Amino acid sequence: MSLRLGLTPRTLAGHLLLLAAGIAAPFLFPGHTIQFAVFWVFVLFALTWDIMGGQMGYNSLGNILFFGLGMYVCAVAQIAIVYDVAQYTAANGAIRVDFSRNEYFQGLALGVVLSALIPVVVAAVLSWILFGLRGPYYAIGTLGVAIAAAELTNSWNYVGGGMGIAMPVFPGGPGMRERFFYAACMVATVLCYLFLRWLYRTRFSLAINAIRDDEDKAEALGLHTARYKMVAWCVSAFFLGIAGALFGNMTGFIEPMETAFPTLTFGIFMVAMTLLGGKGTLWGPVIGSTLFYALREVTWTYLLGWQYIALGVLIIVNVVYFQQGIVGWLRQRRPQWFAAPIEASKDETLGADGKA
Amino acid sequence: MSTPIIEVRDVTKAFGGVVANRAVSLKVAEGSITGLIGPNGSGKTTLFNSIVGHHPIDSGSIRFAGQEISRLNVQKIARLGMLRTFQQTRVFSKMDCVRNLLISLPHRDSEWRDMFRPYPAELIERAHQLLEFVGLYSKRMLVAGSLSFGQQKLLEFAMALMNQPRVLLLDEPTAGINPTLINGLIDRLKHANADFGITLFVIEHNMRVIMNLASHIYCMSRGEVLAEGSPEQIQDDQRVVDAYLGTQ
Repeated sequence: MSLRLGLTPRTLAGHLLLLAAGIAAPFLFPGHTIQFAVFWVFVLFALTWDIMGGQMGYNSLGNILFFGLGMYVCAVAQIAIVYDVAQYTAANGAIRVDFSRNEYFQGLALGVVLSALIPVVVAAVLSWILFGLRGPYYAIGTLGVAIAAAELTNSWNYVGGGMGIAMPVFPGGPGMRERFFYAACMVATVLCYLFLRWLYRTRFSLAINAIRDDEDKAEALGLHTARYKMVAWCVSAFFLGIAGALFGNMTGFIEPMETAFPTLTFGIFMVAMTLLGGKGTLWGPVIGSTLFYALREVTWTYLLGWQYIALGVLIIVNVVYFQQGIVGWLRQRRPQWFAAPIEASKDETLGADGKA
Repeated sequence: MSTPIIEVRDVTKAFGGVVANRAVSLKVAEGSITGLIGPNGSGKTTLFNSIVGHHPIDSGSIRFAGQEISRLNVQKIARLGMLRTFQQTRVFSKMDCVRNLLISLPHRDSEWRDMFRPYPAELIERAHQLLEFVGLYSKRMLVAGSLSFGQQKLLEFAMALMNQPRVLLLDEPTAGINPTLINGLIDRLKHANADFGITLFVIEHNMRVIMNLASHIYCMSRGEVLAEGSPEQIQDDQRVVDAYLGTQ
């Protein structure tokens, strides 16, 4: 593969099959398009959390910060190209109707780009401060940053404060909006997956695994640990920012506590889904989020009122009795499925003595 | 003697009220194998930690090939070409042996874009050769955490060689290794010194090993350098014998 994704014909066929299922889903179950879109966002949550939590051993509880940040950056950008943002938010939805088709899509395009870039900058600055912390201190530190971001947004009137922002209305017929955002969420998640699949086959992956296993030893070998940690967080922030931008538009109304910075729901789900699927693997987060999302939908439907208790029990059982997660368990049982020898780059081959 | 590769001058390091190193001065000649002995708690590992930048020193100066390094951090010193191994072996336990070696390659010239490159075949070949050299080739696909303590020590040694340092600081390389493997390890250390040109500075408790290996030995006791000289001089020094066995 020229892109070094390590796809064999068999795995390529598997990936294409899943992709086809993803494309078919909103046509087969048109009433559930938004739920499917949220599912893709959940997969992206788990994939991006695992970069640091699984591969690098830094358990961030504050990654939701970049999701909310992306959401607000996108909203402000979309509004700002047409209106004065302070007036728009002060009117509280009263002047939202006047977005033309062009204005809407130009604003959305600009918003998505900025909602990817600004979280990256914020992640780079925060990594400079927070990566002095290790273990539980890092987890609490990141949690604090996310909660602080929610509180600050809540009291910042320019972006609507606790009243939130009514997002511009999607210009299109019924059903179009759902399908558009479904496609956007799916593309974002698939790109995130492919990017990580490539990333985990470069030196970067070995370096962040080394930081996870023994950061002091990695430093003793001269590894640029700060550099790797910063890039890892920036990658998370990039995709989470985009996810936030799409999610905000899909919801139609954003506010800080429940939609943008939901530390206690989405912020914890990221961790729970990754642990369920198996952290430190590429497919663990995907499988974990699929299962978790299915369970969440089932419990919300049939155990309403008890749904958080059911999820809590799942998390407890997971972390007490099943720490390795589904893919981790499979790896213990069937190590030959996972035996991935290091691939050499094709351009240089040394006269090997046949032994290597 | 030309400029020593390591020059420690009047280094003092205290932890609270405990003075672990008091005005320690010593030199390690380039290309040599230099030993550091002393009873437990005499400050040998503290001195190593000071040299590699693991903690700041209270006073004194440490020079590496003429360059003052006492204010640099561990990573910068490692990238200059001075590496240490740990008394309690440290390897990347969830990664296989080949990956342990690949991540150990020198980082002194690595640039930002290098982090996204794959490994060229020649580096993988070199990793295999070094695993062969320490006798772990057949275990190369096992995760490092599944190796025995002695094998992890050998792996750590191979990782250090992969890094192509100018100086290697070894903290008790033979501790916990099966006695029959010790001779092999001594041979490999001498080989690394003679053929790869790596200066070795070795903390060792096993007198047979250090007398056999080193050409120059420092003996520390209670945080101070007690004696120095050739292995014969050290063996005959009454102060060294007293430090180990106590005096009347």
